[in-house]
Amino acid sequence: MPRQPQTGETYDVAIIGAGVVGCAVARRFSLAGAKVILIEKGADILSGASKANSAILHTGFDAPPGSLELELVRAGRQEYLEIRDSLNLALVTTGAYVCAWNAQEAEKLAGIERQARDNGTTDVVLRSGGEARAAMPSLSDRLVAALEVPGEHIIDPWSAPLAYLTQAVALGARFLRGAELIKGTFDGIWRLETTAGEILADAVVNTAGLYGDVVDTRLGFTPGFRIKPRKGQFVVLDKAAARHVPRIILPVPTEVTKGIVVCPTAFGNVLVGPTAEEQEDRVRATVETQTLEALVARAAEIVPALAGMPVTALYAGLRPASEEKGYRVFVRPDQRAITLGGIRSTGLSSALGLAQHALKLHADFAEPFTPPAQVPDIATPNLAECRERDWQRPDHGEIVCHCELVTRREIEATFSSPVPPGDFGGLRRRTRAGMGRCQGFYCNARLAEMTKGKLATPLAIDTEGGR
Amino acid sequence: MSALDADVLVVGGGPSGVAAAIELRRQGRRVILLDREPALGGATRHCAHSPFGMLEFGRVYFGAAYGRKLTREAEKAGVDIRTGHSVVELCEDGSVLVTTGPGVEKLTAERILVTTGAREKPRSARLLSGDRPIGVVTTGTLQSYLAFHGLLPFRRPLIVGSELVSLSAVLTCLSHGARPVAMIEPRAHALARAPLAWFPSLMGIPFHRGAEIVDILGRTRVEAVTIRRGGKLKTLDCDGVLLTGQFTPESALFLQSALGVDPGSAGPAVDQQGRSLDPRMFAAGNVLRAVETGGWAFREGRAIGRAIAEDFGREPEDGVPVPVTFDAPIKLVVPNILRRTASAPAFRQFQLRVLRRVRGRLSLELDGREVWQARGLWMPERRILVPIPPDAPQAQNVHFRFREED
Repeated sequence: MPRQPQTGETYDVAIIGAGVVGCAVARRFSLAGAKVILIEKGADILSGASKANSAILHTGFDAPPGSLELELVRAGRQEYLEIRDSLNLALVTTGAYVCAWNAQEAEKLAGIERQARDNGTTDVVLRSGGEARAAMPSLSDRLVAALEVPGEHIIDPWSAPLAYLTQAVALGARFLRGAELIKGTFDGIWRLETTAGEILADAVVNTAGLYGDVVDTRLGFTPGFRIKPRKGQFVVLDKAAARHVPRIILPVPTEVTKGIVVCPTAFGNVLVGPTAEEQEDRVRATVETQTLEALVARAAEIVPALAGMPVTALYAGLRPASEEKGYRVFVRPDQRAITLGGIRSTGLSSALGLAQHALKLHADFAEPFTPPAQVPDIATPNLAECRERDWQRPDHGEIVCHCELVTRREIEATFSSPVPPGDFGGLRRRTRAGMGRCQGFYCNARLAEMTKGKLATPLAIDTEGGR
Repeated sequence: MSALDADVLVVGGGPSGVAAAIELRRQGRRVILLDREPALGGATRHCAHSPFGMLEFGRVYFGAAYGRKLTREAEKAGVDIRTGHSVVELCEDGSVLVTTGPGVEKLTAERILVTTGAREKPRSARLLSGDRPIGVVTTGTLQSYLAFHGLLPFRRPLIVGSELVSLSAVLTCLSHGARPVAMIEPRAHALARAPLAWFPSLMGIPFHRGAEIVDILGRTRVEAVTIRRGGKLKTLDCDGVLLTGQFTPESALFLQSALGVDPGSAGPAVDQQGRSLDPRMFAAGNVLRAVETGGWAFREGRAIGRAIAEDFGREPEDGVPVPVTFDAPIKLVVPNILRRTASAPAFRQFQLRVLRRVRGRLSLELDGREVWQARGLWMPERRILVPIPPDAPQAQNVHFRFREED
């Protein structure tokens, strides 16, 4: 629950929005030696766009050439690969196939290959349908050709940002949740009025994702962009599907969208999605039966062995797209403000790059900080199947969630961690409890008992006087 | 001395697993019974309203009392009971990988019997539209809230489904101060038999047939549900959605192994002795097909326990299994395969279910020769029993034919 900020304390940087980008920016500025506060209106990190994505660590092979997005995806990916051991973060080195299912699509592959090489992804290989199917026999025999992109990998999309913020907190950063920005005024120093009290800061970084334009307005700016949410629905297939999908299967993109991806997850499932549906609403991200049925059917067209595979989970997320394709980065040196906006679909890959970029932009209008003498390593709890899980280690207490093999020790540890879960979604993302094929048939009641008084919305209702 | 941990490992301590374990002990076999929960009983542990035990023990027990009775009987028989043991994997070498509080171990035995039961399909597997707030749960979850923790997940749920378990869900709600706002069933008919199907209405709970959920609304907790009935949309205020029935076998151990599951039953394919495609692995109870009563599962477990005992001393039966095939709208047939064997069968009858309410002629053909037939109106979620002809395992082609009639 939000603590009251101490009055009079001035932060070097206030970051608004604890999505993956906000968490990465908090880490980068903390590493640089800044006194950081990260404010979030939700009950937990990753409450908006960042909670739903396809978990791919992109190479940038298909990013717009020469774009800031390309530069930052590459920088972000590079840093992820460098820090993942010290933060204990997973990397599933699947590689990807961009699959052409007809002659028209196959014609486009050569152009995509050229673009990949221009973008610095030089290890791509054009494959015939037969070659690709020899390497991955589960692909449909309708496959005409494929572009192999070995560097596309899968990561845990929730543990990574948690690790970034945890490291920032270890360096002294403060994470304030349940704090919605109402209004910000700048008179040489930023005064941020939030639902959790006033915060003083020397500079602000807007990483508010779906509310990027709203936050700029509340900071007194005329926003340079407008968020146009784009919904993506996903289906997660049973772990039994994983043996049929060893790689990321990408479609040949159209003008409108990157299209439906079929890929493994770090947790041993198979993910199908996302759709791309424009909408005005920034809050509701519904799933829809017909769309989900179409996703399930599409997966079986691509990998026939997926037909009839049980569905484990569903989700939908909103991407903070704007009226333009590219990232919408604005710096206002006179007001000591940076906006990282319109990070519509590659934020997980580029977050660390965006954070480096923000620090550079900040250096243009502010004095450099003194970096801390020591940087703590963070042993992020591992949830990925490619590394040892807690249930494999002695003295884990007991299994609480049987489908995902989540131990009592893991659940207890997350609540005593520096960034504990704020809501049930946060608990699920940190431990995978209730994320498996039974979706809580067996463990939901136990979790209700174990999380009493600890979550913003409790699982059980208050039964005082009720029985 | 055998280096194996036991003659038989039984995975799952519900009625079928316990019955099999007791029977195997009676036949002089060393048995380890594993259950991931803290106590035996399986799904009966949270079912406070359903009577269990009449068939097998000659008297009625409710909820945890039945599990305690099973435990006493298993202890008396000398079964090595190990609760808090989660089986993670059926390994290729015939062992099982187990994790417990202290850590991981591998257990080995001559034969393995999987009796992991069934569960209700969650919201995700039903592909239901809408937001994904807290408060959308199954009957099993609701009953676990109450039976194990004295908690409630909602106070005014919408109930979805009209199977027997749905009526149990109504009872559970009413006896704990929750007031269902309505009960809906997407089909035109209730699935439970008539007198029971009247029950919600008698309790003053509106019951809408031919109604389905088109939207669930709620940011954090369920606030309302929109249903469609006869082309009309209606929004009902509620604080939860109770998904009842649509049981599915808890067959993940098979699904994740090379053995896989039968597309019709969603459980492992077994022959007339309960033996799976791997002759060392057996299965019994609701993991074979959802869903039967505790008493049924108990008797099935006992019969398959006996079959396993008979199986000792021989090489594992490795004959080429003949699949039992069937026409739509038959949903499943158990046993799913037949093997030529000298042993007495554990199953004397085929168990069938249909996908939908359908009138027609059902027949069994062995190598194209009709050996059994019946006409009638067949209802979904009700068992259909067809005697297994003694010569059926000798046939090359075993097929259930269905001809729809008006």
